[in-house]
Amino acid sequence: MYALTEEQESLVDAVRDFASSALAPHAIEWDQNKHFPVDVLREAGELGLGGIYAKEDVGGSGLTRSDAVLIFEELAKGDTTIAAYISIHNMVVWMIDTFGNDEQRHRWVPPLASMEQLGSYCLTEPDAGSDAAALTTSAVRDGDDYVINGVKQFISGAGSSSVYVVMARTGGAGPQGISAIVVPAGTAGLSYGANEKKMGWNAQPTRQVIFDNVRIPVNNRLGDEGTGFHIAMKGLNGGRINMGACSLGGAQWALDQAVHYLKERKAFGKLLVELQSLLFTLADMETELQAARGLLRRAAWALDTNAPNVVSLCAMAKRFATDASFTAANAALQLHGGYGYLADYGIEKVVRDLRVHQILEGTNEIMRLIVGRALVDDAA
Amino acid sequence: MKIVVLVKQVPDTYGERILDPATGLVDRSGSDAVIDEIDERALEVALSYKDAHKDAEVVVLSMGSAAVTVGLRKGLAMGADSAVHVLDSALRGADVGWTSTVLAAALTATGFDLVIAGNESTDGGGGVVPAMVAERLGVPPITYLESVQISDDEVAGERGTGQGKLRVHAALPAVISITERLPEARFPKFKGIMSAKKKPFTVLSLEDLGIDPAVTFAGVGRSVVLQTTKRPARASGKKIVDEGNAGVELADFLVAGHLI
Repeated sequence: MYALTEEQESLVDAVRDFASSALAPHAIEWDQNKHFPVDVLREAGELGLGGIYAKEDVGGSGLTRSDAVLIFEELAKGDTTIAAYISIHNMVVWMIDTFGNDEQRHRWVPPLASMEQLGSYCLTEPDAGSDAAALTTSAVRDGDDYVINGVKQFISGAGSSSVYVVMARTGGAGPQGISAIVVPAGTAGLSYGANEKKMGWNAQPTRQVIFDNVRIPVNNRLGDEGTGFHIAMKGLNGGRINMGACSLGGAQWALDQAVHYLKERKAFGKLLVELQSLLFTLADMETELQAARGLLRRAAWALDTNAPNVVSLCAMAKRFATDASFTAANAALQLHGGYGYLADYGIEKVVRDLRVHQILEGTNEIMRLIVGRALVDDAA
Repeated sequence: MKIVVLVKQVPDTYGERILDPATGLVDRSGSDAVIDEIDERALEVALSYKDAHKDAEVVVLSMGSAAVTVGLRKGLAMGADSAVHVLDSALRGADVGWTSTVLAAALTATGFDLVIAGNESTDGGGGVVPAMVAERLGVPPITYLESVQISDDEVAGERGTGQGKLRVHAALPAVISITERLPEARFPKFKGIMSAKKKPFTVLSLEDLGIDPAVTFAGVGRSVVLQTTKRPARASGKKIVDEGNAGVELADFLVAGHLI
């Protein structure tokens, strides 16, 4: 599991070419101007980034989760925000490809895989975050339709996406009352809130998605009624390790910048890299990031092989990688001194972007809850 | 239509490029090896023709060390149908005469309607290999093309001359070389990367090509590097202080360097 295959080396090379030419030169400008580059996402789609682990009969790339963590790490070196959005899009594509029937797969996945259309994942609500199973958006059956009412909160890509996978309550309280329903953009009664002002992730829009008597055919539901929460959680396993990989890529980039900077910058008559305390900081950053990389690959392997402890492994990989990477990126900022705080250097952007990875796709507290409960349950 | 694209692996121009002073050869272990970017553009010309003509066959051909495999695989990942690698330790340090002889033999073996090459490489660049290959094959060369149109029986394009442009064309089969005016190459797609290993990949030795260096190159002159000089350290730049005529001075500087 430690050596990459020849194909994986080539995949990483291809993503590096794309990230360094299509993303990195624009990342700061997109962040400053809050620009969501849908045209560049189309280019990403051509590469195969729109359906990384969707099946090939619907235009997916048919790759593994082990491939995906390598891809997201490399992509994030170019732009953490765009890499993270592409992860969310892939989560949506995977849910439709995995839990949709053949008609649904062929209807929705091809334009999503090419990124001519974008997808959004709608689980969180204003009053239901970590306690997602308490969501109240309702989908009431009326003949062959559902009528959806409610509000989804913090939805990435909202307003730009063509396809929304919405977790809504079709039955009683709790997780068993939730179904996953595909809502196309343009449906009457569907609207979006204002683009949120955020600390980071500025190059992708975050809005509320508002459902006011949105009428959707029952055959837009993925899987059986009542399986929506299960589908949403399954999607999140992969989403979590991708977000860990996006954090790792951003932090690795920041570390590389810090090494260059310390090799050039002089203070007190010496290069900074000759100061042992700073060298120790670099060593700790490198060690923590390598540990994160190891854990992410292990969790990806668990997902590929459907290992019994996959949920716990994905949770601990996400928790560790996003924490370690934020700390390392913040250390890279400190090592850059005042320059690290300037937008032109790109470091402060990575710090701002990575901060939210400790919150989303399940907060790092929820990750600890998953790991802790699994530990206690296994011992019982 | 069978198009063979000549590709050369070169040290990455982003890195430090080193000559081995003892042999005068490029030290290929000292830097990342990549396909010469101009050859990727040559491949792009072939692949865009194939986009519009699905029955076209694109072959990537390279002569070089075992490391060339990686570059040829990238060519396959980008969309070439098959790869041919001429690999023989006797070819180490081959000059343009040897190289063109061997490439011509390999092209005769693979067959072709059109050969596309970059105009010159970024390492030991003589800019003559495509024309020499054409001469040995007895087909017309049109070199340094800034645009290319391929039809069923002809290749045409524009060739810059410094003073203007020549519109040139040749009947197929032919050899062309292209300049950096042609578009950048596409990125390899994930699907292409995963299918590259399944595509035909032929490795040919000199013996396979019917070449015995002792016979074929007997009495043939060969260029050898006698001496190398390290590039001088970069001098500090020239500073122009604006005293009302900085624009003119800047323009003069650029003109003197043939930059405008």
